[in-house]
Amino acid sequence: MNEALKSRIAAVFNEPACPTNNAKTEKERRKGCSKPLTPGAAAGGCAFDGAKIALQPITDAVHLVHGPLACEGNGWDNRHSGSSGPQTYRLGFTTDLSEMDIVLGNGEKLLYRAIREAIARHAPPAVFVYATCVPAMIGDDIEAVCRHATGKLGTPCIPVNAPGFVGPKNLGNRLAGETLLAHVIGTREPAVVTPTDVNILGEYNVAGELWQVKPLLEAIGIRLQATICGDARYNDIASCHRARVNMMVCSSALINIARVMQERWGIPYFEGSFYGISDTSDSLRTLAGMLVARGADPALAERTEALITAEEARAWARIAPYREALRGKRVLLYTGGVKSWSIVSALQEIGMVITHTSVRKSTDEDKGRIRALMGGDAHMVDSIPPREMYAQLARGEADIMLSGGRSQFVALKARTPWRDINQERHLAFAGYDGVVALVAELHRALTNPVWQEVRRPAPWECADAPAAAHSAAGG
Amino acid sequence: MAELVNARKALMTNPLKSSAPLGAALAYLGIAGAVPLLHGAQGCTSFALVLTVRHTREAIPLQTTALDEVATIMGGADNLEQALVNLTKRMKPRFIGIATTALVETRGEDMEGDLRLILARRPELAGVRVVLAHTPDYHGGLEDGWSRAVAAIIETIVEPADGAAPLPPQVNLLPGVHQTAADIEWMVETAQAFGLAAVVLPDVSQSLDGTVPAQYVATTLGGTALEDIVRMGRARHTIAIGEHMRAPAELLSARTGVPATVLRSLTGLGPADEFVALLSEISGRPAPAGLRRQRSQLLDAMLDGHFQFGGRRVAIGADPDLLFALSGFFAALGADIVAAVAATANAPHLAACAAKRVVVGDLMDLEDLARAGGAELLVTHSHGRQAAERLHIPLLRCGFPVFDRLGALHRGTAGYRGTRDLIFEVANTVLAGMHTHGPDDFASAIPPPFTADQEKHHAGASPVAH
Repeated sequence: MNEALKSRIAAVFNEPACPTNNAKTEKERRKGCSKPLTPGAAAGGCAFDGAKIALQPITDAVHLVHGPLACEGNGWDNRHSGSSGPQTYRLGFTTDLSEMDIVLGNGEKLLYRAIREAIARHAPPAVFVYATCVPAMIGDDIEAVCRHATGKLGTPCIPVNAPGFVGPKNLGNRLAGETLLAHVIGTREPAVVTPTDVNILGEYNVAGELWQVKPLLEAIGIRLQATICGDARYNDIASCHRARVNMMVCSSALINIARVMQERWGIPYFEGSFYGISDTSDSLRTLAGMLVARGADPALAERTEALITAEEARAWARIAPYREALRGKRVLLYTGGVKSWSIVSALQEIGMVITHTSVRKSTDEDKGRIRALMGGDAHMVDSIPPREMYAQLARGEADIMLSGGRSQFVALKARTPWRDINQERHLAFAGYDGVVALVAELHRALTNPVWQEVRRPAPWECADAPAAAHSAAGG
Repeated sequence: MAELVNARKALMTNPLKSSAPLGAALAYLGIAGAVPLLHGAQGCTSFALVLTVRHTREAIPLQTTALDEVATIMGGADNLEQALVNLTKRMKPRFIGIATTALVETRGEDMEGDLRLILARRPELAGVRVVLAHTPDYHGGLEDGWSRAVAAIIETIVEPADGAAPLPPQVNLLPGVHQTAADIEWMVETAQAFGLAAVVLPDVSQSLDGTVPAQYVATTLGGTALEDIVRMGRARHTIAIGEHMRAPAELLSARTGVPATVLRSLTGLGPADEFVALLSEISGRPAPAGLRRQRSQLLDAMLDGHFQFGGRRVAIGADPDLLFALSGFFAALGADIVAAVAATANAPHLAACAAKRVVVGDLMDLEDLARAGGAELLVTHSHGRQAAERLHIPLLRCGFPVFDRLGALHRGTAGYRGTRDLIFEVANTVLAGMHTHGPDDFASAIPPPFTADQEKHHAGASPVAH
């Protein structure tokens, strides 16, 4: 691994705006943040995966993976991050390094030719070039190739140096943030600037959730300059440094972007969420307040309050028919942890009970929020081994599990309702409409008669069934 | 004979190929009490796991040696040892199948040697059979990984023939990676109909077929029993499906003396007949009535369905053996294969595919060729959905992965039954896209000066629902 990447990782680990990092001693800090993985008991994606998740929603760019097949071949077109226009980002591009390329050291030349071919056919505004383990190990210098290609071909080629073996997905998110800061943000000037321009950081437009939020912003006169990265265009991100406020969602995965943009361009930021009614209202209120404080028309705050009053009333009215059925229902919440506090408050708002929530990837600040919401530590768990999770569900300790696709079949095989709330989900749960959609979906899951059906004993399991009698006599 | 073209460009766009370690993992998942272990970075496992879960809609036990930067530089033996010990403690497998990745193969370690030392010094691994296959991502694809894993299992676990001749007589079946649970079920039932007991290696029809067990099982539940693998030498014959299973079949023959036959395909009347004739010869019995009835049903399906196949322009993208099988199937019913794209070049029979030209390439090659050839039906795995949308033609999902439709494992394309059902599926897909004729379809009854190109398009553009 080259020195530049090493020092970049060290810098990411030493994020001054990160509360977890600040709580550490100097010695702890030097060790970095990635917990060592346990071979044979590890789960989750690698740094490359994390970087790709964060950047791929730049929908008009080519995302080219330099490596052997698996890195792109096994993972492309697998998320539902929507685009309102360009579809280039859904194509899977890779150099598909062969044995000969590796043996002969052809990697850099091959990469350059691949970049050229991609630009010739797709004419993208930029090419993001991802390093993976093998080229990183044999010393392919993707930064040099990108520099050369940018000069020669006239299209920005951006090196994303986050090979899988440097750490987990979360580190990859942050390295993606570093990439944008180093090569993209602030490289172009926006055509239009308004006093209410904002950026949203850490929103990937999964299942189209951004489109549940954007109309709210537009209704009160807030202009979304860039979403990093959801339904994003290269040019919007390149020129997003003139925005007035940054809002950070999805916890602090891209906190480095928020902090540096504040240092370089004086853009204040806050952390908010669009999950749940009160969190959505709080976020809108904070956005408006911060914009007004930076000189936007004070009427913005009034418009925001009016919208909040109307939308909250509308949302509660739409939720009302479900409340009775959902009140007191017990939820096992098992997410990567990043958004758990946000989901917790959303579920509590509608009267559901959280039996446990996982905090595997949560920061101390996230945990503090959960503690405040749930009145103590008792319900926070680090991780639940699948065997234990199955046992809990089979014993009926929760009425429904909300998790990612990875644990889906633990719940279903325990014949327990389950819904996906992670990044592979197909349903959009953000904003006021999203809460209503979530509630309707939970209601649909919990009230489906299939749960009685699949628990029905088989004919041979009934004591008085002829089949049972017959086999007993036969045995 | 097809002309073979290798479209090797610097840029692969929309991979058709899945990786070799993933193919090996799928094979290991067909063994009872198994946990596949990918020797590489955690992302190698994570991507493979997500894709396999989406294809099978099952919980998949797939582990990683989680190589980090230090292990990548210093060597992965320690990680391999820890992984074996940790997962044995946690998951209590009877079998661990290791598949190497590009990461460890690029460094080039003596992994067999490491593994021998680990097994010798770790008593807690005594009850577990451990197998290692070399499957670097930069070499071949799904078929290569699957084939190498099966060969590694045979090499490590099968014992030399002991002269015992079990009753009923045994036949070994080595299905290819493209065979589904439904295909394997048909093969096993058909063997049984000839009085033969089948040992299937690997048997995903027992492990990935979707059951709801009464308790949590961390490893695979069902699959080929290790005891049965040990005794594969007792069989009268081994039948392997697909050229990629030739090497494991020959290895098994060499170790046990059991004769082997490789059938290139099981899809279509001719290939199914070959399988049945072979079983008849092995067992010395005539085909039973039930099977004769199945064949008759297939003949009827061919007669009913051929209207939708004749002259139909089809574009197929698949791994070599599946491409061979599907192109033979479509050609036998009169379809015109305007594009045939193979995911890898690693097969001796690509030139024997029923197409004028076979291109080794990606899904973008398939899309370009399909467009140029005016294809009316796209046949490939689920990743072809984007191409099908852009081409405005239906997609018949075949191969791996199929992640946007249910029941991938229960959809058969093998034997009389699978071929019959495939004919219906293709014909129904074509029928669903048909429109009823209106006057506009015949607007050029007195045509402008005739060109061959227009005639071709006119003929193809207005089929009518019967």
